[in-house]
Amino acid sequence: MADQEGGFSPQTIIDHLKANNITHVVWLPDSETNFLYTLLTQEPSLELVTISREGQAFSTAAGLSVGGAKPVILIQNTGLMESGDSMRGWAMGMNIPVVMMVGYRGWTRHGVDTDTAATYTEHFIHAFNIKYYLVESDADADRIQVAFDLAEKTKQPVAVLIGDEFHGFVQR
Amino acid sequence: MFQTADMFKAFAPFRGNAVVIPGRGGRHWINVSDQPDRDVPLGDPAMGGHASFSFGLAMARPDEKIILFDSEGDILMNMGALTTIAEKEPKNFYHFVLDNGVYATTGGQPVPNAENVQYDVIAKGCGYKSTYSFDNLEDFTNNIEEILSKPGPVFVTMKVAPEVENTPITQRVRWQKKTRDQTIADLQRELGPRKA
Repeated sequence: MADQEGGFSPQTIIDHLKANNITHVVWLPDSETNFLYTLLTQEPSLELVTISREGQAFSTAAGLSVGGAKPVILIQNTGLMESGDSMRGWAMGMNIPVVMMVGYRGWTRHGVDTDTAATYTEHFIHAFNIKYYLVESDADADRIQVAFDLAEKTKQPVAVLIGDEFHGFVQR
Repeated sequence: MFQTADMFKAFAPFRGNAVVIPGRGGRHWINVSDQPDRDVPLGDPAMGGHASFSFGLAMARPDEKIILFDSEGDILMNMGALTTIAEKEPKNFYHFVLDNGVYATTGGQPVPNAENVQYDVIAKGCGYKSTYSFDNLEDFTNNIEEILSKPGPVFVTMKVAPEVENTPITQRVRWQKKTRDQTIADLQRELGPRKA
C-alpha cells in the first residue's frame, strides 16, 4: 500500500519503539492495529506479549519494568476504560514509566462523533490526570518521542492516542 | 486444609535464591524469609494483577527463579492471564495459589462457587504443563522439592484456612516493613542490571 496524505505508517511506530529500546509490546489486538501486527512479529528486537483483557497490560508492564525491561502497551480506548484500577495501582502507583498507545476508536475531526468510546476517552484520561498526545498521521509522529521522554522523566504512564481508527494504518 | 503460616514455614527451606512475591500471605512470609531484599511484598496495588506482574518480572529476568503466592480471588478477577503465561511459558515462573474460598480482606464472603472450582484444572486447561493441588500440609511439604525442580510455568493450588479481616481498611495495621518504593529499589539493587 502506498503512502497516503494524512496516513499513519505502522513502520513509524516500529521505528519509535526501536529508537526507545523497547523490549516487549504488551497488547491486545484491535482492528486499527492489524497492519502493525505483521511488522511486530517480524521485528526480532521486540517480543510480543498478547493479553486477554487490557487491565493485564499494566500489571504485566509493571513486572517487566521492575525487572529492567522496557515495555510499551498497545490497546484500544475501550479497553483502557476497562483498565482504570489496574492502571491506577500497577502503573501510576508503582511509578512505571510506560507509554501506552491507545487506538482511538470513534475519533473524528469532522462533525459529531457517534461512538461513545470516543466520547468518553479523553474524559477518562483526564480523570486520572494522565498526560496524552493525539497522533493522527506520520506528520504528528514526533509526539510519540515526546511521550516516551515524558514517561521517563515523570516515571508515570503517558498515552499516545492513535486517531486513525477508521481507515487503518497505511504501510509505506 | 492448612494454615498459610505453616505452609510458608514448610516452603522457606526450599526457597533457595528465588525472588518471592508473597501476595496476600505476605504478613506470614516476612516472618520466615531470610532474604528480604529478594521479597516483593507489594500489598495490593490492584486486585487481580499479581499473576501478570510476576509473569512480567519472570519474562524480564529469565535467569532468576520467580515464585508467586497468588490467591483464588485474584485468579478469578483475571483468569485470562493464565493463557498468556502458558503461551509464553516462562521456565522460571512458579505460580502458587492460596485458595481459602473467601474474600478474606472484605469480611469473608465466599468467592463464586467456592466449594467446586478446581483451579489446577483451569490452569491445565489454559496450557500450564505442570499443575498440582494440595489440601494437606504433609503432601505439600513432600512435593515442594519436585515442584521447584520442574521447568515453569508450574501451577500449584492449596486449600488454606481463611484469615478473615473485619477491621475497616483505614484502621488496619500495615504489616509491611518497607515502603513499596523501597521494596522495588532493594530488589533491583539485588538483581543488578538486566542482561540484554
